[in-house]
Amino acid sequence: MAALFARAAAKAFPKSLWLYHCNSGACNGCDIEILNVLTPYYDVERFGIKLVGSPRHADVMLLSGAVTRPTLPLVKRAYEAIPAPKLVFGVGSCAAGGGCWFDTYNVTGGGATAVPVDYLIPGCPPRPEAIIYGVALALGLVPQKSAPVELKQVEFPIDAYLRNKAWEERNVIYKLIKD
Amino acid sequence: MWLTSKIKQIVLALSPGTVTLKYPFVKKPVPRGFRGQPVWDHTKCIGCGGCANHCPARTILLRDLCQEIRVLLYDGSRCTYCGRCADLCPEKAIVMSPEFELAAGRREDVSQTIELFMLTCNRCGRCFDMEIKNAIDKLDLRGYRYDSLEARTVLRRTTDRMAPEALAETEAYRRPEKIGGL
Repeated sequence: MAALFARAAAKAFPKSLWLYHCNSGACNGCDIEILNVLTPYYDVERFGIKLVGSPRHADVMLLSGAVTRPTLPLVKRAYEAIPAPKLVFGVGSCAAGGGCWFDTYNVTGGGATAVPVDYLIPGCPPRPEAIIYGVALALGLVPQKSAPVELKQVEFPIDAYLRNKAWEERNVIYKLIKD
Repeated sequence: MWLTSKIKQIVLALSPGTVTLKYPFVKKPVPRGFRGQPVWDHTKCIGCGGCANHCPARTILLRDLCQEIRVLLYDGSRCTYCGRCADLCPEKAIVMSPEFELAAGRREDVSQTIELFMLTCNRCGRCFDMEIKNAIDKLDLRGYRYDSLEARTVLRRTTDRMAPEALAETEAYRRPEKIGGL
């Protein structure tokens, strides 16, 4: 699926990606790292990536910050202003899932509530290398490293939960004790 | 004279060399003490739930499926890599790995699920009594093994999303416009 998406992205964005940096209430940590990426040390212009000032010129939106209530309509408008084949990168833990602030009163809970986020770059803030890695992943230059991990201490022969439910139904005495 | 100054300029311009990292192709090791993705060692974990209790982003969740099985879910999309879980773990089962290349297309790609086997009492088959009447003590023991598992299945319940009414109100909000245009 990711490989297919990378191929589709390579077809949709054959030349240079122009980035629009959208701050939706970030603490400026991610914004500084995004600026860092554009410096000669990390130099994303090697890949033809360039920061533009207007969403109408952009292909990619770098969304930083958990989308706060005042910025939600503005983020939506900025997303709508980007011409059609567009990618959204959620830079930082806040844009990816809300960060520490995911359930505070004025945060709508991550970039996914406002706009469809195509790639997450977790980190608080993400290293400049991690941002470059995310963009390179979208361009199909590097393979995706992260995958869901499932570990088990013991393999049970039968579904222990079902067995437990049956056991609970049989043992009415515990219900009586509780009441 | 202008020629020597030009030559001097050229020498000056060439001497620093290039500073640019060849990053996605050539990797540079992370500095010492760097905190990347936390990694669980499921052979060491005793399922005490300390990490879930202390996670500032509440990105580690526990659920008791039954008396024997406790599921620990680490949803890395919210993680701020503060390292408190690794500091706190009594068995040193959590290690902050130097892995930072975590960009993913889906939220589930940065998650870890661990099924823990919880020992039960040899005599009664249940764990010892966790029924504490004091509300303050209950706060810390929420989600621990417990007779009525349905009552407290999730440790530190998360809402994850804003209330739908508040979100709809936010979306419908119009900013006041300036008098006289622009």
